[in-house]
Amino acid sequence: MSLFPPFNLREFLTLPWTDPFIEGTVWIVILGALVTIACGLVGNYLILRRLALVGDAISHSVLPGIAIAFLLSRSTNSTFMFLGALAAGVVTTLLIEWIHKNSRIKQDAAIGITFSTLFAIGVILISLVAGKVDLDADCVLYGEMDQAAVVPGDALAPPAVVRMATISLVVGALITLLYKELLVSSFDPVLATSMGIRSQAMHYGLMVVLSLVVVSAFEMVGSIMVIAMLIMPGATAFLLTQRLPVIFALTILHAFLSSLLGYHLAIWADCKTAGAMVVVAFFLFCLAWFFSPYQGILTRLLHRRRTRALMELEAEAS
Amino acid sequence: MAAASPFFPKSPKSSEKVKLEFPRIPATEEVAQAQSSRDWCPRLTRSSVPGWILTISICFFSFLLLAQTVHADRIGEVTDTRILEQAFRFFSFQDPSLRYALLGCILLGICCGLLGSFIVVRGLALVGDTLSHAVLPGIALGYLWNMSKDPLTIFVGAALAGILGTVVVRLIRQTTNLKQDTALGIVLASFFGIGAFLLSAIQRLPSGDKSGLHHFMFGQAAAISENDVILMAVVTGLSLLIIGFFYRPFLLSSFDPAFSSSIGYPTQFFHYLLMVLLACAVVIALQAVGVVLVSAMLIIPAAAANLLTDRLHHMVLLSVFFGILSAFAGSFFSFLGTSLPTGPFMVLGASAVFTLSFLLAPRHGLLPRLWRARSQSRRIQRENTLKAIYHVLEANDFKSENVSLKNLSARRRLTPTDTEAEVAELQRHDLVTREPGTRDIHLTPPGWTRACEIVRNHRLWELYLTNAAHIAPDHVHDDAERIEHVLGDKVVREIERRLDYARKDPHGKLIPSLEDLHRKDTFEPTDSPTGYRPA
Repeated sequence: MSLFPPFNLREFLTLPWTDPFIEGTVWIVILGALVTIACGLVGNYLILRRLALVGDAISHSVLPGIAIAFLLSRSTNSTFMFLGALAAGVVTTLLIEWIHKNSRIKQDAAIGITFSTLFAIGVILISLVAGKVDLDADCVLYGEMDQAAVVPGDALAPPAVVRMATISLVVGALITLLYKELLVSSFDPVLATSMGIRSQAMHYGLMVVLSLVVVSAFEMVGSIMVIAMLIMPGATAFLLTQRLPVIFALTILHAFLSSLLGYHLAIWADCKTAGAMVVVAFFLFCLAWFFSPYQGILTRLLHRRRTRALMELEAEAS
Repeated sequence: MAAASPFFPKSPKSSEKVKLEFPRIPATEEVAQAQSSRDWCPRLTRSSVPGWILTISICFFSFLLLAQTVHADRIGEVTDTRILEQAFRFFSFQDPSLRYALLGCILLGICCGLLGSFIVVRGLALVGDTLSHAVLPGIALGYLWNMSKDPLTIFVGAALAGILGTVVVRLIRQTTNLKQDTALGIVLASFFGIGAFLLSAIQRLPSGDKSGLHHFMFGQAAAISENDVILMAVVTGLSLLIIGFFYRPFLLSSFDPAFSSSIGYPTQFFHYLLMVLLACAVVIALQAVGVVLVSAMLIIPAAAANLLTDRLHHMVLLSVFFGILSAFAGSFFSFLGTSLPTGPFMVLGASAVFTLSFLLAPRHGLLPRLWRARSQSRRIQRENTLKAIYHVLEANDFKSENVSLKNLSARRRLTPTDTEAEVAELQRHDLVTREPGTRDIHLTPPGWTRACEIVRNHRLWELYLTNAAHIAPDHVHDDAERIEHVLGDKVVREIERRLDYARKDPHGKLIPSLEDLHRKDTFEPTDSPTGYRPA
């Protein structure tokens, strides 16, 4: 038996929508898109501020947050877990800053130290709680998109979709309201301070929103692929344009495409949805990387060749 | 040299005087004490051996405590004897599986500590994190190669994937405007996503022994086999050899790539060589600590070592030592429990070492720096009080040897209570004495010397700024206020020489001379309660 079934374009495109055994396609695609939109919008600012890997750190430290919340409340109430994870995210950013400012450890090393220590604490706590070493590795690492998108009984929509939609709206509203402040403090903190914008407050606010987004996406895509959701849409968009509003539009487009095609891929290959979404996101990134109008690899090659041809022509003419 | 100095009249007594004064060895014991307390900076010796032993033992015992509570939390009836028995079993190295696990962990501690210190000083700390995630598709493909968990094919696949990952990071950096962190994030997440995709496809396959594959996520040191240990030893030995052989180029290209290229070292080549070694180290470490925590073993021991020393070879040695230490701690504590994971305990061991060195490192640690700042500000405050006493004495033309608290607090512009506290501080350092029953303050010989020194520094500096730097006399005070506390003997004497041994500062005040400073030999101990009186 081969790893993947033979490729059939018609099946690839229609199977998720026609197969009677596959339910909730719409919800899964919407959920994937919402997760990626919420993460991607915040991620754009991370890329601008060169904090991309702080997202990585926060997504790892969610684990001890959940474990400690469980130990304290002794219940699997998701509100407690959510609060615990959120607190862990904020503590992570504070710790990184603290280590970085109070010693000569560079920021990247501080990130690495903080998140790996917290993650180790999380694994130990969970292995104590669960009584066995292998915690639900699949859920922590790959997420459970398909389960989150199940519509319970008489509800109109899956609760996860409602939650992600709310968070996406909140993130969108915050970005619209604070557009100028975020823009200026991302590009030029000194100018921002002189304009009366509190850059420090902006930074911590962004970190809180980042924790919020990462924590809510954690369940769907797992602790590591959250980084893909944070960075890939923005990175793709940054290759294609330099205007921030266009970047936001492209982020949303990228989110929809990677969610839709990712689910198709997952159905075709019979794999986890989150992994397939990341594969598609990377594919889209590579497309942008090769064919971007002004910094694509192929575009540059063509440009160089054309210039050389022109120069040769001129040399001949003279 | 001092005898030839023009300050001292060439009297027969002068040589004796010089001997006594210049090394500043006062006769009485109190004075010696005062002197030593003036030696304000508690210069903790760098990398002192007792400090190390203390650090290690604290770390060890805190772990023991942690493991004990952890264990007790798991199984109700666990007793101390069980823990001790298990600890004894650990140290007797009887179990063959334990031997392999321990050996493997120690090898990876050496390898990660060695390479980690280079990536930390190069500012590439998170490259290790990226690499460890990027090897996942390689693991999947290595498994697919002959559908088995053969360490060698998985090793080759993973190492190739890791190297491909670094190449992609480099390409993204070179061909686009995206920054380093974004490029790392892209490679980390998308390689991991591809790997997760492949692994979940592999999970569906009916054939093969794939049960061990997800141990690569969190590691399982207990499953380390003889073959794994051989592989680890080969990689560690190779890294040691290569780093040892090319130590100089690695050192140079880490700190000054431009200079290292200019003297003919292929800097790019060494970058990629380091990356290849790093990829191999990450792959062997996966077995023991897992994908997520490999970067911890690379970064944390090296960062802890970085705080303790300023020399790269010390740092490398320390970092390797910390790597071994945390490997040992990790195996020990996971062995104590029945099913405690090794990798996370190794990481916690490394983090404990880091925390200790972050807080206590003699030069760069948080607490010693706070302590130094605090003792320096207190010294400055003491010196300011002494200076104020001198000013009060001077205002009175040195006719009386006592200063009243009232005058002093007027001079310091403080409330009597605050002045009282400052004087008490001076008394603790034997710089002043007070006659019981009165509010009068009396300088001791060391107090007098220090007060003269401070005033001398201040006035000389003011004069120097006006004469040599041509700054207006009314602008020099603030600068002198700051520098008077840090000028050393040599600088003061050089300034004095340049100023032709001037006697008056720009404001017309007399600059205390060296003779004034050492007038203390004119003080003689008496039976009076103050202890001193001018001759």
